[in-house]
Amino acid sequence: MIDKIYTSIYKAIDEVNIQLSKNEQLSKDPDTILYGDSSVLDSLGLINIIVAVEQNIADDFEKIIILADERAMSQNESPFKTVKSLVEYIQVIMDD
Amino acid sequence: MTKNTSKIPVALITGTRNGIGKYLAEYYVKQGLHVVGCSRCAIDYEFDNYSHFQLDISNESSVKDMFSEIRKKYNRLDILINNAGIASHNYALLTSINEVKKIINTNFVGTFLCSREAVKLMKNNKYGRIVNISSVHVPFATPGTSMYGASKASIEQFSRVFAKEVYQFGITINLLSLSVVKNSGMAGNLSEDRTSELLNKTISKTQIEYENISHAIDFLVSEESKMITNQNLFLGGV
Repeated sequence: MIDKIYTSIYKAIDEVNIQLSKNEQLSKDPDTILYGDSSVLDSLGLINIIVAVEQNIADDFEKIIILADERAMSQNESPFKTVKSLVEYIQVIMDD
Repeated sequence: MTKNTSKIPVALITGTRNGIGKYLAEYYVKQGLHVVGCSRCAIDYEFDNYSHFQLDISNESSVKDMFSEIRKKYNRLDILINNAGIASHNYALLTSINEVKKIINTNFVGTFLCSREAVKLMKNNKYGRIVNISSVHVPFATPGTSMYGASKASIEQFSRVFAKEVYQFGITINLLSLSVVKNSGMAGNLSEDRTSELLNKTISKTQIEYENISHAIDFLVSEESKMITNQNLFLGGV
């Protein structure tokens, strides 16, 4: 399942990269930083990728998930920090 | 997964079981749109190009499911009319906490959830028109409408802020504020005295017809109205 979640996120990265400049392109890599001072994404970019990931998960897994909820916001470390942390968080949600 | 996008514009109207919502559903079907409607209770009618969801719009997962279905079927949403709402006329001192929760959940939480999910879909096409229904009870602060007015005031403030957040996606959000609408559930709940009292505070002093509402919404949702956002249109004038 993890590989499939990565695929969903990488598709979202492709979608978001279309709107980003050449210097801001996100790599399709587990360590790519999505959120925080080191991220190339501004708040709008983060919204775009979260929405795209939710939609891709719905398409690829036939499962509706809500990424930005109280649980995500209350984690000590944001699940949106990197691609890898996002994958791990989605896996937890999907297992619920 | 590559999705086929409907070539025909799609409108979602909440609260379409009867009254204004049902009228608007039929009106926009006749205008050639695909219309999706929803209500808590089942409906007793059918229109061509109309599909209906029976759900509680304050239930997040039900709302997400509905939008997922809209996305699968049409892959677009052009118009959202947040019409669903419950009217309430009761003095604050006599209002129970359950009544408060019911009003806020349906009127405000439902509007918030549908608007949030609609924007996620609309932003893919960089186009969207959202109309939220408010009430003259907000500026009039009519005694007996504290909770109803508070729910509508919440919608207004939410709309003002959200309009700024989503304009960059080509989405406009406007408010349509109503007084007494002829043949609506609200009109039926008001005594003659209260109806006259309320209408006398408006400029037109007359009840609103369904056609007045569709005319106003046509203006707000037209493609040409891309600069019309964050406005509150008071039908009948206040």
